[in-house]
Amino acid sequence: MKCQRCPKPATFHITDIERGKPKEFHFCDEHARQHLSPSSEAGDKADISSLAEKLSQGGLEKARETSAADKQVCPCCQMSFQEFRNTGRLGCPYDYEVFRDELMPLLENIHEETRHTGKFPRRAPRDPVRQTELIQLRNEQKRAIAAEDYEMAARIRDKIKAIEFDQGR
Amino acid sequence: MNLDDLTRTSGEWLRGTGPESDIVMCSRIRLARNLNDFPFINRASRLERTEIESVVKSSLPHLDDDLRFLDVNNLSKLDCLFLKERQLISGELANADGPRGVAFSPHENVSIMVNEEDHLRIQVMLSGLSLQEVWERINRLDDQLEERMAYAFSSTLGYLTACPTNVGTGIRVGVMLHLPALVQTKQIDKVFRALQKINLAVRGLYGEGTQAFGDFYQISNQQTLGKSEQELIRNISEVVPQIIEYERKARQQLVSEKRQHLHDQVSRAYGVLKTAHTISSEETMHLLSSVRMGINLGLIDDLAIPTVNELFIHTQPAHLQKIQGSPLVVDERNVARASYLRSRLSNGRAPAEE
Repeated sequence: MKCQRCPKPATFHITDIERGKPKEFHFCDEHARQHLSPSSEAGDKADISSLAEKLSQGGLEKARETSAADKQVCPCCQMSFQEFRNTGRLGCPYDYEVFRDELMPLLENIHEETRHTGKFPRRAPRDPVRQTELIQLRNEQKRAIAAEDYEMAARIRDKIKAIEFDQGR
Repeated sequence: MNLDDLTRTSGEWLRGTGPESDIVMCSRIRLARNLNDFPFINRASRLERTEIESVVKSSLPHLDDDLRFLDVNNLSKLDCLFLKERQLISGELANADGPRGVAFSPHENVSIMVNEEDHLRIQVMLSGLSLQEVWERINRLDDQLEERMAYAFSSTLGYLTACPTNVGTGIRVGVMLHLPALVQTKQIDKVFRALQKINLAVRGLYGEGTQAFGDFYQISNQQTLGKSEQELIRNISEVVPQIIEYERKARQQLVSEKRQHLHDQVSRAYGVLKTAHTISSEETMHLLSSVRMGINLGLIDDLAIPTVNELFIHTQPAHLQKIQGSPLVVDERNVARASYLRSRLSNGRAPAEE
């Protein structure tokens, strides 16, 4: 069998899966190497923080926007976008809302998709406001304790208990 | 739970049964899940981590799987390493500090790490190529856990995870393959490049960033968002048989072109393992890999695959020290390892009970 791209004999027989369908290629040594070498944009997708860094370093104008985005802080867990860029880890589920504009291009780069099409939990997700209520209350409680405002801390504790009770915990 | 008892057994996933088990060591799926009412781990206080732990612990009696909880925070470094060698916990969980733990089943097929990178890392492993069965088990377990706790979930982004690389399905579908002939015939890089091109990851025996040893490689998905769990499983399920086919061809090539050389290599490997008086972990893995292939090609007939599978795990540092019952430095370990191998291989002893 001859190589698909030149008259040399095909020594590599490669099957790629594209959109779930196998596609066969027959190449000589050289063209096989070309075919198999990862495209330049693939890069190391695992290194999320460097990717996040790269994405936020656009042109000058972009850089100005970015510094504003960097300073953005999640009201729920107090994580800044810059901190996420440095560590590659988010601070709470609500960060996906707060940093939505910055995260979407990142998600597209990593997964080539931006919308979940897999499993849904059987129980419906709670409305977004209530979703973060407990995390925020616990933070307020921590701050009240740090400020030695124990009366406030106790009030917050009761609120937390009430919500947990509502949720059947 | 007494961890010392585990030194006499091994995980069911090592028993060497199931489809294609001469090449496929095991199939594994893990799901990353977080509780809705708590910050992710890097923002969670000790108190919050303890609460997360207790939420998970209180759900355990309601699951079909019989899982026992182990408080990793109170374990010695050696015990942490021991669990890591058995694939029950990750290096990240072993080396972290603060409240954290793992719940696992007696046969070690199922484990749930608590307070690793995500609040829950659920894992199911089965021997051989059996991803569909693994998925059915883990999906059921996930449903049962979800009845007891509210997961962080968004209708557009799916399961929310600490790292955006896992968001969506939170799934990692992996198959662990033994590919000694592709390594020997120097075709393995070609396979890796092809896998990389279709966005699949290749890792060593112990996951991310670890070196492949004993010619074991894990093939797994990288994408977690925008495809369903079934699609991601299908992708892996379609690719793996092709790699198995390549490995079989490479083995046949070795047999037909270099039969004597191959037989010599396998016999020498077996001979060294049976007679050495000091041996490093690396050399052990390398030789066990030859022996494992030798058994599958019918060149060794007095040794069972499950025994070899088990030796890959039991000759590692923490296992040796647990078996010996005392801490050992490197040189002492090499002597203990050789002695353990001699005793396991000399009298044709059956593998440890499951």
